[in-house]
Amino acid sequence: MEGAGVQSLSMASDPQSDGAPILTAAQQRRSDRVFLLCLAILGGTYVLLLLATVLADVFYTTPGHLWRALQSPEIRHAIRLSLLSCSLTTLLSLWVAVPIGYLMTRIRFRGQSVVDAVLDIPIVLPPLVIGLSLLILFQTAPLRALERVFPVTYAVPSIILAQFMVACAFAVRTMRATFEQISPRCEQVALTLGCTRSQAFWMVVLPSARKGLLTAATLAWARALGEFGPILVFSGATRMKTEVLPTTVYLELSIGNLEGAVAVSLLMVAAAVVVLVLIRTWGVEQPLNRSL
Amino acid sequence: MITLQQVTLHAGTFSLREIDLHVAAGSHTVLMGRTGAGKTSLLEAVCGLRRISSGRIRIGDRDVTEESPAARGVGLVPQDGALFQHLTVREHLAFALVVRRWEQSRAEARVVELAGWLGLTGILDRRPAGLSGGEAQRVALGRALASHPKVLCLDEPLSALDDETRTEVCDVLAEIRRRTGITILHITHNRNEAERLGDRILLLRNGRIENDAPSA
Repeated sequence: MEGAGVQSLSMASDPQSDGAPILTAAQQRRSDRVFLLCLAILGGTYVLLLLATVLADVFYTTPGHLWRALQSPEIRHAIRLSLLSCSLTTLLSLWVAVPIGYLMTRIRFRGQSVVDAVLDIPIVLPPLVIGLSLLILFQTAPLRALERVFPVTYAVPSIILAQFMVACAFAVRTMRATFEQISPRCEQVALTLGCTRSQAFWMVVLPSARKGLLTAATLAWARALGEFGPILVFSGATRMKTEVLPTTVYLELSIGNLEGAVAVSLLMVAAAVVVLVLIRTWGVEQPLNRSL
Repeated sequence: MITLQQVTLHAGTFSLREIDLHVAAGSHTVLMGRTGAGKTSLLEAVCGLRRISSGRIRIGDRDVTEESPAARGVGLVPQDGALFQHLTVREHLAFALVVRRWEQSRAEARVVELAGWLGLTGILDRRPAGLSGGEAQRVALGRALASHPKVLCLDEPLSALDDETRTEVCDVLAEIRRRTGITILHITHNRNEAERLGDRILLLRNGRIENDAPSA
């Protein structure tokens, strides 16, 4: 093999040989530039498309449109409901994602791969199907009985549940990636120092997962803010009742108020930018990247 | 004193069967062996971090086979120190004392004492990210020793250090033994380190423990 390599090298360096002639330094540089330019054009097109959509929104709307949108009682209600539901969804998601993430990384059990696949269901299912599935679930006898005491469907709790279904899946992925990065050795040392498993978790593991927790919270909040399909099916789109910001965009579009829809969209774009900046600031790109 | 009687344990693809080991009280026993021979698994079994399939483990005059790691009175120093990134050096030294609910004044006095003889007094408010390799291992040693364990388990604590720092931490280990008379079970690949620190060298080979390891 080594001999063959030497032979082909000598053939390539010999202009009289039958092998492909080697490029001059200038030709090599030109070839490299063309290659990189092709990659940049292909990738750059997508980046430009993303920027263009945001800029189109920015240039379409005016401060007047934004002001009028913010003055609308319906839109103000939607903003308040979005902020409230997203915050509650985030808390619920962390409450569930932390134990799931910890158990899935630290404990090996039979059927783990099945649980793993189940946890990804909200990520792969079409959003409308999630909403429809929730609707069907709440038609079953036990949950219909619950609804007589505590209304969920087409009420505010349904918004939180619909957002939670998707946002939590992303929080779980982020927390799993976070716990995978924390060496179990630290926990083991804590056990020898006198900790119970629970003390080791609260005193060593969770503080070490602080950045991952912030990333999971931010990601869950952002996913919840953008959730629309499950909410439309499971909560309806009743103004001043179950209207969140994506519902507002849909309702404004449906009545032909494009300016209002774009103004509300810009509010959501601004929230997304804040989220991206926060995630970059906390510097936990890896869990985020892996979760995405 | 550490005694392993007919200990069998399984770790991944390999097993250690019917291991007998006696580490005399106050001795510094070094256990050598190839990577994957099961040295760390054995150390984990002594610390209570790995379940054994059969046999008994005694520390001092107590049978600790069924006891939790917390109850065994063992200090562990892993290869990388495994410091807690969110805690200061002071908090590391106080960790076991807080968990074991020592009175605050007593705990503070113990932290000052440990920091003094481990040379950590000037860096008590630093976090692990701001420590050199030698400082980090001294903090890990101080953390393990704080609550006066009967046994200190060292899992290649010097392997990630440069020669100069290795000598420095070797001196610290010798000093620890001189001051406390603690029983030390020490895993290493380094023959010089073993001969310098250990008063008994054992070799774990083919699932058996042999005395007086030949030169590696």
